[in-house]
Amino acid sequence: MSAVPKNTGNKKLGLKEKYGMMTRGLGWDTTYQAMDDVFPYDQFEGIKIHDWDKWEDPFRLTMDAYWKFQGEKEKKLYAIIDAFAQNNGQFNVTDARYINTLKLFLTGVSPLEYAAHRGYAHVGRSFRGVSARIASQMQAIDELRHAQTQVHTISHYNKFFNGLHDFRHMHDRVWYLSVPKSYFEDAQSAGPFEFITAISFSFEYVLTNLLFMPFMSGAAYNGDMATVTFGFSAQSDESRHMTLGLEVVKFMLEQDPGNKDIVQKWIDKWFWRGYRLLALVSMMMDYMLPKRVMSWQEAWETYFEKNGGALFEDLSRYGIRMPKYHEVASKEKSRLSHEVWATFYNFSHAAAFHTWVPEESELKWLSEKYPDTFDKHYRPRFEHWDALQKEGKRWSNPGLPMLCQLCQVPTIFTEPDDPTTTCLRETTYHGMKYHFCSDGCKDIFDNEPEKYVQSWLPVHQIFQGNCGGEGLDNVLKYYNLVPGQDNGEYMGSQDQMNWEQWTGRDHKDAPAA
Amino acid sequence: MNTPTPERTKTPVFIAFVTNDDTRNIVAAIREDNPQATVEEFPAMVKIESPGRLVVKRQSVSDLMGRDWDLQEIHLNLISLSGSINETEDEFELYWGQAA
Repeated sequence: MSAVPKNTGNKKLGLKEKYGMMTRGLGWDTTYQAMDDVFPYDQFEGIKIHDWDKWEDPFRLTMDAYWKFQGEKEKKLYAIIDAFAQNNGQFNVTDARYINTLKLFLTGVSPLEYAAHRGYAHVGRSFRGVSARIASQMQAIDELRHAQTQVHTISHYNKFFNGLHDFRHMHDRVWYLSVPKSYFEDAQSAGPFEFITAISFSFEYVLTNLLFMPFMSGAAYNGDMATVTFGFSAQSDESRHMTLGLEVVKFMLEQDPGNKDIVQKWIDKWFWRGYRLLALVSMMMDYMLPKRVMSWQEAWETYFEKNGGALFEDLSRYGIRMPKYHEVASKEKSRLSHEVWATFYNFSHAAAFHTWVPEESELKWLSEKYPDTFDKHYRPRFEHWDALQKEGKRWSNPGLPMLCQLCQVPTIFTEPDDPTTTCLRETTYHGMKYHFCSDGCKDIFDNEPEKYVQSWLPVHQIFQGNCGGEGLDNVLKYYNLVPGQDNGEYMGSQDQMNWEQWTGRDHKDAPAA
Repeated sequence: MNTPTPERTKTPVFIAFVTNDDTRNIVAAIREDNPQATVEEFPAMVKIESPGRLVVKRQSVSDLMGRDWDLQEIHLNLISLSGSINETEDEFELYWGQAA
């Protein structure tokens, strides 16, 4: 598609021509200042772009259309949020255990929408290609919209349930939330081409269905119509974002053969970082939804192995292969959620959401979905903890876990080929030893050690006294987490007791799936 | 129009919409124009898969809906999709493989 189509003498421009004239048709090359000075960030990464005019705009929304449709989506969404509040929709969810997924979402995901807004605003200034700048600027607005609509939607639940009262503060401090926070800050502190590959392509194209489909389907299955509606409203923006991701990767690969190795390295890095981040979603799907949609394993098989397989098959014509360590993710699929939930069960006293042992019917579902691993490796733990709880000795791990220097998840994963052995890796850099959960994380560190030696690791910081001082009480105060209210075991919590009082329902009566 | 190369014809593209009265008509139009497409229903969502290519035609949707439907209204109900996109005023096309 050429830069500015010639006027053919037709009365009305086609969509492609109209969009082209209103976007790149309004751009210019600066002359009072050198282009390289006006756009100082889009060359240092080594990505070579010879002709920005070759960019294909996948979606062609001019501002009038954009505001018209976004405005209509907003009106519909807020009408539903209002109706939900007016009808006390929060009492229609399956049971109050479900609300813990919203706590995880608001503290872990919503701040990432805001970070995306900042990131896209930055790259929206950084690319010298007009089309890429405009697509990024519009995405920056979309992401701010997502942050705001999520806050509005979930704020209603804050009136009834604990742990939702200070999400911004918690995102910046609480140990498990440094996983999503560091993920986005890694992207934001990269160059513009890496940022857009990381987020638009790896996150919003390759892996998005593993974040949004579970949360939003989970909401639908569990009676949370407010979140479903927000989710679908955001997803309609996401489809534009996804196509930006695919377009930018194809564009880089078509512009210069030298770009392929750089792009492949980013695809490898951001697949792995995104996959480790999704560990939180795996536990959400298998343990935190009273009515389960599908297992993490099933979601991984559908949305990555099948859909992702099709995508990479399409990209193979450019010389791009499947991301490094994708086979490790496949090996882990029958173990991931169990290992992560067990960890949060251990450290429940320090988390801003509740945990619990699954009911027998739920353990049965897990046995059926994971026939090769659950009964052998994980059920015994839950039965042990359940027995302790019945004796009044609910297990709480008094120590703190080792964190991976890269992904910042506790190093609780097991060897790809051996579920009985914790997977640990290390690297020495400038005389200091660094620890990792996996080869994937170690490789990323080894490639850019100067970046990751700066990681603010929550557990290290707690031990250094930088999180409120000595002892759990001070740390929880630093987190603005109210002990006995926001944290710990679900049974006997304020959420659980309120739920029974308000609805007369107890989750022990409900079927599993 | 984009034609997938022979070896790409089996790789599915998909498009997913919110379930409502508008998308009822969009899905019906897609079925008409894409005989090989399959439709799957989920809570509040409908997903349509098609081997290699899927096209949404403005005219087909308008005919079924009984009013002039703007193809860009698709944004109001779109949840997710896979495939490369070619958007004009009259057709919204998903495909794998090289652009025509």
